[in-house]
Amino acid sequence: MTLWADIVWPTVVIVATIMLIVMPLLGAVAYLTYAERKIMGAMQLRQGPMTVGPFGLLQPMADGVKMMAKEVIIPSGANRVVFLIAPMITFFLSLVAWAVIPFDEGWVLADINVGILYLFAISSLGVYGIVMAGWASNSRYAFLGGLRSAAQMVSYEVSIGFVIITVLLCVGSLNLSDVVLAQQTVWFVVPLFPMFVVFFVSALAETNRAPFDLPEGESEIVGGFMVEYSAMTYALFFLGEYANMILMSGMITILFLGGWLPPVDVAPLNWIPGIVWFAAKVAGCLFIFIWVRATFPRYRYDQLMRLGWKVFLPFSLFWVVLTAGVLVAFDWLPD
Amino acid sequence: MSFINRTARSLLLSELVSGMALTFKTMFKPKVTLNYPYEKGPLSPRFRGEHALRRYANGEERCIACKLCEAICPAQAITIEAEARDDGSRRTTRYDIDMTKCIYCGFCQEACPVDAIVEGPNFEFASETREELYYNKDKLLANGDRWESQIAQNIASDAPYR
Repeated sequence: MTLWADIVWPTVVIVATIMLIVMPLLGAVAYLTYAERKIMGAMQLRQGPMTVGPFGLLQPMADGVKMMAKEVIIPSGANRVVFLIAPMITFFLSLVAWAVIPFDEGWVLADINVGILYLFAISSLGVYGIVMAGWASNSRYAFLGGLRSAAQMVSYEVSIGFVIITVLLCVGSLNLSDVVLAQQTVWFVVPLFPMFVVFFVSALAETNRAPFDLPEGESEIVGGFMVEYSAMTYALFFLGEYANMILMSGMITILFLGGWLPPVDVAPLNWIPGIVWFAAKVAGCLFIFIWVRATFPRYRYDQLMRLGWKVFLPFSLFWVVLTAGVLVAFDWLPD
Repeated sequence: MSFINRTARSLLLSELVSGMALTFKTMFKPKVTLNYPYEKGPLSPRFRGEHALRRYANGEERCIACKLCEAICPAQAITIEAEARDDGSRRTTRYDIDMTKCIYCGFCQEACPVDAIVEGPNFEFASETREELYYNKDKLLANGDRWESQIAQNIASDAPYR
């Protein structure tokens, strides 16, 4: 009896919850690739995918089938184990972070009280998949991509850390649900707008998105760390990268855009369920991710490092001090 | 003053914002690409596509085996053999075009005194084997029968400029 009530049943519930999070997430990833191709197409006066299904809506399925049908090629000089583990790590980390994301009030798998530290730790681990892939491929392009990725992600994590500290100063808790509930009067994007911009740009760098896609750099180092990957190993990188984009958009939504909260707590707006608000805000952030990619050319490597260390780091440090000072001076510190 | 201006502008990301405004506006413009296999662009009447041998309205083939096309062909893609027919008229017994050699210059069409060999409006004749691109007389005459209406229209609309 206790075996059933204490072990089996909770396990079933947790697995079901995980499925409830992961399945829509993978669907969202698939259609994010479609949205990216359509939006970038529109911004470049193209039509984007049009052939598979009405308006090309089945294109992600066709891509998935293609990826699964192809052969996984492992280069003869590669370290087989690390080569195969690297994409799995990237994919795994991009999914595991969703455990602490609150989709609505109480809709969270693990409501731990250091949620934001967990998120920060998991997103920092993301660099390992890429570095391992770059090293294990035993190819110069892949190695260059891995090196670039390591330096880039480490640099931008520093300013992301400061941005998170600024938000935490205003919240007084590391729990993500508390972060959202602290924004009931005003979303943090209003008082902390410069920090929002810094966080957004750092998120672009953290997910290796244009204009900071140097680790991939298809026009200079072919495909960077992904150059030797094919079929499902490549698909795992691809899924992981896009899931990371959604995760970063989720973080932006929770830290700055009030998570599941409606813009103002009045009648027609607060009838809409929180999950819809959350999804809409995440979709808006993702649109900006794609929009930025369609607009800006890639940074040069020294410019990237200059922006990270000489602009964002001092700027975010200044804002941490300023925010702390203002909070103390006006006695606004949260309990 | 200019320093303040410049700093303010870079802090407010004005150039980045104006760039993004441009792409956002572009997103709603009409697309310039065609949905190709379902939509096709217009072709000039002078378009030089797949070759065809034409016939007269009574079904007699136009080609008189003068071999001017064979002579002028810069890629030497055309091979012609000819002999007199039973009724005494001179006709080809063999008319081959190697479409893998052809450079689609249109000289054969220009050289032809009877408008027999023409380059029609068809450009979708890709094949999966090389052999399918070695056209013989039957294939060329079949092309002529298939595309005659469009070829005749193209020749008529181009005639005033010749």
